[in-house]
Amino acid sequence: MPESTMNILIGGEAGQGLVTLGQLLAKSLVRSGYFIAVTQGYQSRIRGGHNTFAIRVGLDEVIAPLESLDLLVALDEDTATLHQRELSADGLVVIDRAFDVDADSFLKVPFKELAHGRFSNIAALGVVGSLLGLDDALMAKTLDDFFGKKKAHLAAENRRALKAAVEWTAAHSTAWCKLPAVSNPARRFMMNGNEAIALGAISAGLKFYAFYPMTPSTSVSVNLATHAKRMGLVVEQAEDEIAAINMAIGASFAGAPSMVGTSGGGFALMVEGISLAAMTETPVVVVVAQRPGPATGLPTRTEQADLELVLYAGHGEFPRAIFAPATVEECFHLTRKAFELAERFQTPIFLLTDQFLADSYRTVRPFDVENLSPVHVGAHAPESSPYLRFAITESGISLRLLPGMSEHLVVADSDEHTEDGHITEDLSIRTQMVEKRLRKEGWIGSLVVPPEMQGDEVPDLLLVSWGSSKGAVEETAWRLRSAKQRVATLHFSQVWPLRPEEFMRHLESARQVVSVEGNALGQLSRLIRRETGFEIKKQVLRYDGLPLTPESILRELNYGNH
Amino acid sequence: MVTIDDYGEYETAWCPGCGNFSILKAVKQALVASRLEPHQVLFVSGIGQAAKAPHYLNANVFNGLHGRSLPVATGAKLANPKLAVIVESGDGCNYGEGGNHFLAAIRRNIDVTLLVHNNQVYGLTKGQASPTTAEGFVTKAQPEGVFSMPFNPIAVAVAMHAGFVARGFSGMIDHLSNLIQQGIAHRGLALIDVLQPCVSFNKVNTFAWYKERCEPLPPEYNPTDWQSAMKIACEWGDKIPIGIIYRNDRIAFEEHFPVLAQGPLVEQDVDGAMLKEIIEAYV
Repeated sequence: MPESTMNILIGGEAGQGLVTLGQLLAKSLVRSGYFIAVTQGYQSRIRGGHNTFAIRVGLDEVIAPLESLDLLVALDEDTATLHQRELSADGLVVIDRAFDVDADSFLKVPFKELAHGRFSNIAALGVVGSLLGLDDALMAKTLDDFFGKKKAHLAAENRRALKAAVEWTAAHSTAWCKLPAVSNPARRFMMNGNEAIALGAISAGLKFYAFYPMTPSTSVSVNLATHAKRMGLVVEQAEDEIAAINMAIGASFAGAPSMVGTSGGGFALMVEGISLAAMTETPVVVVVAQRPGPATGLPTRTEQADLELVLYAGHGEFPRAIFAPATVEECFHLTRKAFELAERFQTPIFLLTDQFLADSYRTVRPFDVENLSPVHVGAHAPESSPYLRFAITESGISLRLLPGMSEHLVVADSDEHTEDGHITEDLSIRTQMVEKRLRKEGWIGSLVVPPEMQGDEVPDLLLVSWGSSKGAVEETAWRLRSAKQRVATLHFSQVWPLRPEEFMRHLESARQVVSVEGNALGQLSRLIRRETGFEIKKQVLRYDGLPLTPESILRELNYGNH
Repeated sequence: MVTIDDYGEYETAWCPGCGNFSILKAVKQALVASRLEPHQVLFVSGIGQAAKAPHYLNANVFNGLHGRSLPVATGAKLANPKLAVIVESGDGCNYGEGGNHFLAAIRRNIDVTLLVHNNQVYGLTKGQASPTTAEGFVTKAQPEGVFSMPFNPIAVAVAMHAGFVARGFSGMIDHLSNLIQQGIAHRGLALIDVLQPCVSFNKVNTFAWYKERCEPLPPEYNPTDWQSAMKIACEWGDKIPIGIIYRNDRIAFEEHFPVLAQGPLVEQDVDGAMLKEIIEAYV
């Protein structure tokens, strides 16, 4: 029920405690039983500039960001000026009384009277939380949990600021509509895409992670580093991305389930290593969090333009799989699946996400942690000798022993090699080895996550999407269906390999097919055409660095505002 | 009891008279003297004629990409600290393509033995200049002679307080073998730069050229004195000092990870109760 959501945008300069405020408000909302979807917009700087933290909140699952605002929390004057035009008819602006901007719909808060400067973001939490009808005891507890018990004097100041703000709001606020209360709120997580990837990886048995910092992938690394000691992981910041992928390959060769995380430019540096993992048949999971390119591009914004990069990365021919999670839950579960496939097929497996999803906090139903088994690494040593690491088999998969774990010797080579792993220039062995490696692709293909079809089987309009755009596309379809149109969606959470038999009938039965992608070339459309010959003629493409929204898609479809 | 026969004898792709043969022999002797069984050893190499060496003995081998053997070795050692990890590759691989990894490995002090075959030229690609080629050395790719100053790996390693820095010569097998044995025994990164002739492409720094100049450090030399080590590291000319030039007892990188004290990562289960506790904190 997208109609019954409320959209809150907090804006200000970097360094004002805006993200802290956003996280506290988001967590308070989740604990109060609401569903949220967060969109973070920030600039490539540490102080100043204009940053935003938008929370869309509702009673049911919120699947997409929205442009239209119901509540604008302006921590600086610029925010009020920049975002006023996005305000809905009943929208309200919360702003510091000291700012020199004016309009009817302003709630002017004397922040300086409520709290000392550095606690004004907590005062803002109190004001906004009260406006929304959140319980002040719940907000106070969230505050305590967030800052921990270590800094007792800060905790007292925070609570004072919150209390003053709650009391001020009760005395001064207009009759602005609160959120409908949720009785007995369910226990749910607040988690973003990168956190879910880190946790999914640990649950799958990750033991080694190497990285070089790069937005928007860095929080995967930081999360893993945070949990490393307690979970017995080795997390290492490498000297560059080339070292990161090669370290992960070395660790995986020696038995540690391994992953690397990066973004476009860093991944470009890893590409030779991807080919090495494939040639030496070493499992490795690669997270590519997309941001707009080429080159340094827009470092902190979002895009879906590296599908072709990841699809073709690495010289030579070898099997791979590319997952493109649509939601935070999928970030968790598809990361686990990536580890399973990497270990089973002994080849690089990719997770293609983006800044929007990486930073998007959502309300997540608890995972069944007890029933999540980690991957089983390597194989038991055979009795017979000699051991052939690259034995040619019908499936293409060879028994993987780990060096030093038995008396068998494990030999791997980036050169073409014989079955025992040693360098060869025997051209008939070369042919057999190419075919052995590629036989694994058929198996991987038989295990793909099928694209998800929703809506009328024979629609007038079929919207095709992949990765994090799913929610915006589904909400668009929902709105059009509410206007009595026959609209369906076809979504890919795995973009390679493709199995045409699972989606061709949908493409062929729709009167019009439109692909919706966060890039300028329609990369999934091009891939579908390459694989099936089916041409998707109309595309809705966004490449300004912002995530797709239902409004932006409807505008491009020439439906105006639905 | 492990013997030299356990490490096997294989046909090679090297030129007759190549310094690699002597280095291979010294490596095998050092492994036997270290009482290491082939399955306890992992060789990691890059690309080049030197990088083929691990194919010519019995051991675990990861022959990776040009320049990238140190990161692979670092990852493998961090996954299984029980493995004796030896990187064996040439001057181009380690000091050129892999230069950044060379610096980072010294900073980390990962317990890896780094054996660099240094013949001051690119052999496999037929005679271009390497990072250690002398200024003015003429090749088909540098027809006016090399313009850049040669890289001094020993001086760089000593300047960075590497844990173990040695230079050997392929013409002195027993001396070299002893250096390799001590490098393996050292806990931390052990650099052994091995001077060797390239009979096909280096007509200047020949066997005779090295033999005339290489001179073992005297027994009274103290390799723990950093300042005298810096001085020795810069000596290069009519006399080239060989032996252990510098050593210290910095903590090995892998010792910073408590989890590795329990052995290989593959033998350690995922702590489900702890994971549950971590995930519950997201409520």
